[in-house]
Amino acid sequence: MIRVNGLHKSFGEVRAIRGISFEAKDGRVTGLLGPNGAGKSTTLRILYTVLKPDSGTATIDGVDVVGDALAARGRIGTLPHGSGLYPHLTARENIAYYAMLCDMSPEIIDARVQTVIDQLDINDFADRRTKGFSQGQRTKVSLARSLVHEPQNIILDEPSNGLDVMATRSLRELIRQLKAAGRCVLFSSHVMQEVAALCDEIVIIAEGKVAMHDSPDGIRNATGCADLEEAFVKAILTVEPAE
Amino acid sequence: MKTIHTVFFKEITENFRDRRTLLTALLMGPLFGPILFAFVINLSVKQSLSNESEALDLPVIGQEHAPNLIAFLQSSNINIMDGPATRAAAIEAVTNGEHDVIIVIPDTFAQDLAALIPATVEVITDQANTQAERESRRARRALQAYNQELAALRLTIRGVSPQVMRPLNIDEVDVSTPSGRSAILLGMLSYFFIFALLTGGMNLAIDATAGERERGSLEPLLCLPVKRDHLIFGKIFAACLFMAISLSLSLTCFYFTLKFMPLVELGMTPNFGPLVVLTAFLLLVPFALVGASLMTMVASFTKSFKEAQTWVSVVLLAPTLPILIVSILMVRPTTALMFIPSLSQHLLLVGLIRNEPVNILHVVVSVGGTLLIGALLTWICARLYRREGLLG
Repeated sequence: MIRVNGLHKSFGEVRAIRGISFEAKDGRVTGLLGPNGAGKSTTLRILYTVLKPDSGTATIDGVDVVGDALAARGRIGTLPHGSGLYPHLTARENIAYYAMLCDMSPEIIDARVQTVIDQLDINDFADRRTKGFSQGQRTKVSLARSLVHEPQNIILDEPSNGLDVMATRSLRELIRQLKAAGRCVLFSSHVMQEVAALCDEIVIIAEGKVAMHDSPDGIRNATGCADLEEAFVKAILTVEPAE
Repeated sequence: MKTIHTVFFKEITENFRDRRTLLTALLMGPLFGPILFAFVINLSVKQSLSNESEALDLPVIGQEHAPNLIAFLQSSNINIMDGPATRAAAIEAVTNGEHDVIIVIPDTFAQDLAALIPATVEVITDQANTQAERESRRARRALQAYNQELAALRLTIRGVSPQVMRPLNIDEVDVSTPSGRSAILLGMLSYFFIFALLTGGMNLAIDATAGERERGSLEPLLCLPVKRDHLIFGKIFAACLFMAISLSLSLTCFYFTLKFMPLVELGMTPNFGPLVVLTAFLLLVPFALVGASLMTMVASFTKSFKEAQTWVSVVLLAPTLPILIVSILMVRPTTALMFIPSLSQHLLLVGLIRNEPVNILHVVVSVGGTLLIGALLTWICARLYRREGLLG
């Protein structure tokens, strides 16, 4: 369960986000939708404690991301935008490294790593060094790595970037599995079809503010557009630009 | 503790698989210095040794005017050769480097000598040519000796003791020991060792910070439920290990190259046995913490691997500065100087090679001071890693 309340963050003169509030519940997939530069990544980065908000609060399962960042990080699995791997380690070693850093006991690490490898179907290249992996392979390994400690909350920043059709399909499948397992999945995207296909809730962000927060059908109704893309465009136009 | 341990071993494993890191850490750094050093020393030692014992080939113009002088020169290990035909040709031959030194005896020589007028002998040489300088000095020294012998003869004939001409007897007493003399030569070694130590950890220090950021693996790492301080400590310690490996290889390599260097023929017995190698390692290795944390600090300000490499190279040169200043000013080791990293290591190493008794206070201050500064720099690195701007 992720709760965001009135977040503000500026980088010098640029006001990246101006009062973002929303809630992402367990067992649901929440999509953060918005044009480039709307503040999606900034919001997510505050949630996974890489950035600190200027004001406002955010909690992961009730744990404050500023007050107890370490505990908050323990409750999330993260796929930051453009995640990289260690090229001289194999996929399995990359995943095991994160498992060890998450303080899992050595006896269960091997089994747990194998579980995520099976879950993401990466057995074929699990024991190859990750140097020269395709974008799809890298994303899968990064995902496996972020799930290895079985986090309750999963935050994915544009996970489908650079993936081909097959890889995108298996990513969707994985997100559905996580949802079925009662996890809270929050991901950002600017691809409409993806969000429409997956999300139970959509948070549309524009100019650093929440333009709309509802189910896909709710958004269609509120904007009076049958097409979600039209609805999206209409929604973001309701936000006045930041100076 | 466990995080530091995990990060440390992951960095070690990864870098042992990276050919570039291995090449610089285990080959370039340790071997480059000693081999270059051995090569240069060997060359210059061989040259200075051979010159003194070998006969000097000396072209002389007008040999027929001074048969006695020629006989004297020949007896002082000089090989008299026929020179160019004229003085002008001789000057040209020296100018274009055909000969290093030519002696010209004018045809008035015998006449002047008989009339007790100072007889001119010309030594044609190029002062700007250092190679020729040594040869012309030898020729001049031989002429000087002949000059004194003739003067002594003239005095004796007139019933005056030649001692009259020597009111002073200058006697130089050299107290330098053979290992002391080698310290002059081996003093610059400390920089080679510090250089090897730093190059050993350079790639790792850059890779663990700027490299990790460039690859995009830093952000997910920082999302894990671990303290950032522990991540950076693990990385710095891993760089320290690589530096220590590089240093020990460099010392060992130098120990073996020294066996092939003709230092004994120069009257030097370098104090560089296995025990000295071990002591030198223990004296130098605390500098690894300073080097690793300094490089990590510099690299965390940069945006890319390339940029980091440029700046970190500056760190490679930084330890030369105190060493250079001290070498020029000929400073003797004091306790205060032992607080300066790289300088204290240099002074202790020079003392060690000189075979001077080890000053325990100096060692304690050097090791303690260096580790303290290293710890401070590590702490600054940890602070830097808490910044938001780290991810760029």
